[in-house]
Amino acid sequence: MEVKTASFEKLATPATTTVSGAEAVIKCLLEEGVETIYGYPGGAIMPVYDELYKYQKEIHHVLTRHEQGAAHAAQGYARVTGKVGVAVATSGPGATNLVTGIADAQIDSTPLVCITGQVGSHLLGSDAFQETDIVGISTPVTKWNYQITKAEEIPEIIARAFYIARSGRPGPVLIDITKDAQFASLEFNYKKCSGIRSYKPEPEISMPQLENAAEAINSAKKPFIVFGQGVILGGAEKLLKQLVEKTGIPAAWTILGLSALPTDHPLNVGMVGMHGNYAPNMLTNECDVLIAIGMRFDDRVTGNLEKYAKQAKVIHCEIDPAEIDKNVKADIPVLGNVNKTLALLLDLVEEKEHKTWHQEFKDLYKIEFDKIIKNDLNAERGKIGMAEVIDEINTCSKGDAVIVSDVGQHQMVACRYSKFNQTRSKVTSGGLGTMGFALPAAIGAKMGVPHREVVAVIGDGGYQMTIQELGTIFQTKVPVKIVILNNGFLGMVRQWQQLFFDKRYASTEMVNPDFVTIAKGYHIKANQVTERAQLADAVKEMMESKEAYFLEVKVEQEENVFPMVPTGAACSEILLE
Amino acid sequence: MEKKNYTVSIYTENNVGLLSRIAAIFLKRHINIESVTVSKSEVEGVMRFIIVVQVNEEQVQKVVKQIEKQIEVIKAFYHTDEEMIFQETALYKVNSSEFVGDLSIQDFIKGTNARIVTVTPKFFVIEKTGKRSETDSLYEKLKPYGLMQFVRSGTIAVTKEEMQISNLLEQFNTTN
Repeated sequence: MEVKTASFEKLATPATTTVSGAEAVIKCLLEEGVETIYGYPGGAIMPVYDELYKYQKEIHHVLTRHEQGAAHAAQGYARVTGKVGVAVATSGPGATNLVTGIADAQIDSTPLVCITGQVGSHLLGSDAFQETDIVGISTPVTKWNYQITKAEEIPEIIARAFYIARSGRPGPVLIDITKDAQFASLEFNYKKCSGIRSYKPEPEISMPQLENAAEAINSAKKPFIVFGQGVILGGAEKLLKQLVEKTGIPAAWTILGLSALPTDHPLNVGMVGMHGNYAPNMLTNECDVLIAIGMRFDDRVTGNLEKYAKQAKVIHCEIDPAEIDKNVKADIPVLGNVNKTLALLLDLVEEKEHKTWHQEFKDLYKIEFDKIIKNDLNAERGKIGMAEVIDEINTCSKGDAVIVSDVGQHQMVACRYSKFNQTRSKVTSGGLGTMGFALPAAIGAKMGVPHREVVAVIGDGGYQMTIQELGTIFQTKVPVKIVILNNGFLGMVRQWQQLFFDKRYASTEMVNPDFVTIAKGYHIKANQVTERAQLADAVKEMMESKEAYFLEVKVEQEENVFPMVPTGAACSEILLE
Repeated sequence: MEKKNYTVSIYTENNVGLLSRIAAIFLKRHINIESVTVSKSEVEGVMRFIIVVQVNEEQVQKVVKQIEKQIEVIKAFYHTDEEMIFQETALYKVNSSEFVGDLSIQDFIKGTNARIVTVTPKFFVIEKTGKRSETDSLYEKLKPYGLMQFVRSGTIAVTKEEMQISNLLEQFNTTN
């Protein structure tokens, strides 16, 4: 009798196979279409690595030189592909080393699944070797996290992890798996997650809100669009372009919104924020309707909130209800994924041209060009300027490369001067400002879009925070291009010390090693440029290289990035010098 | 904006890490939690958090939005004292000799609707359920007699308006 029942059940659920928890982890990743993962092995994650050995044809594991590198590489991969990035680490220090990358992904809404090994469940809470409460540590910087102690939980939890990471406003998820759960066996049956009852990824769209927004846009005399990464995350780049073109509204971008609209689009008026362009910052405080699309009014964008766009009616198109009224009060909130709301808005707005208003942007651009841009690009002073290097990269890339930048002066210059024709072309650490982000992120980016040129532009400070990832480049032969803009200083901090701390350069001068020799030690082609006359050829040689290439450019030591909105000032109090 | 007591009610899935996730949202904004209670709710399998904070309305609005954003939070609300019916329970342990020796204590205990829970030769335990002001007032009255121990529960509260959590969950079931 018993035998009969058992065979009947077998017929009813044919899809299951018995596997170990560790193998189940790999099978889950394959079910989610994961091809490349980044990680570092260690005691508590060894069963998973043993399975990775068996599955090495199906899944490409990239051994980074530090777990932080794994997290940033997974972020770079996610940012250029739109897929979920995956990082794997062991318990204890392996897991804590991921935390910076996780926090970065949280604040920049990057879909990431991090899998960490944990000590056996019988050892939890005993201060076992390499035990750390990574679920507790990562709670404030994850969209969701969970500790698995039983093998049979693995398929459902990992399915949830991917669903949560990529849906709604994306973000990082950490799954901690005890070693015994990796060893134990389970009946594997995978079902992709399509909903969680307590989680609503996208708020309901309100037509009255959209109609109000359209009415405000249609009657506006000086409307102004500021768009952020929400446009890219929602895949709404075409809709944005159509909206801008139909309404004739000048559009500016936040640092993470860069490349959602081609940089040479006639209505693209540049970057907002602390080191953004003059016109969009000045005219934020002149516009009558401010249309914020997929952005979150970061303090580096707004400057002093008390003096931010007070004259304007604010329309805020946003997927995350918690962002509405968080920093800037929205007169008309438009909740929903911008890929849906912009489509609806497009039908409601009237075709217009705002020529006189647009001319105001052009006039202010002229001022910025004469005061800053002209000098930045055609410097007649001694040493090479950072912008000149970006300009040479543009010449070679023709706007088609992915530019990955780190954090600091070079980042601002790279954002201000890079040219982009297509979306998902600019990868940088925005919200968290993580120095050391760029080198590993560039590795992930190049692996995500191998057909595109990927150039990492990094300062000499940030470069040394994750310089060990040259080892990953050497081992994987991933052909990324690395440009170090070496000014021998932590440039942005030095700039602040010069402007606000009476030039007391406390701990900002860097005594640097021979970067070319280091790159060569990893058998990476390397070159150094000190004179302007060599620059164009050196950049060209780097860009044309089929292999990874390192180029160090010695730039002006005490160059400052302008324009600048000083802390506490209004965006329209932006300084040109 | 004026600071006052707000009661944050949160309906959640039953998950081991959620208390710390929610507490972290208050911590990040440097908001002190006056009291917290977690219990099952009117819906099977759904937990209810009652958190009392002293903040202004803008702060509580932002905090509630951040709480609602958490994956396992079904719904979060905030209410003022006027919109809630709430109670706290306090236990007072008093020395028996003081208690038996002074008839006036027995009189005011009767007057406050407090209840004597336990009597031993060494101590009495008195329980009082009511508003914060009522348990505070009894505290002040018993203090001169030498309170051996005092403890008060977190606020438990129900709203005057309907919460409609079952409807919310129902909606999910029909759309998925």
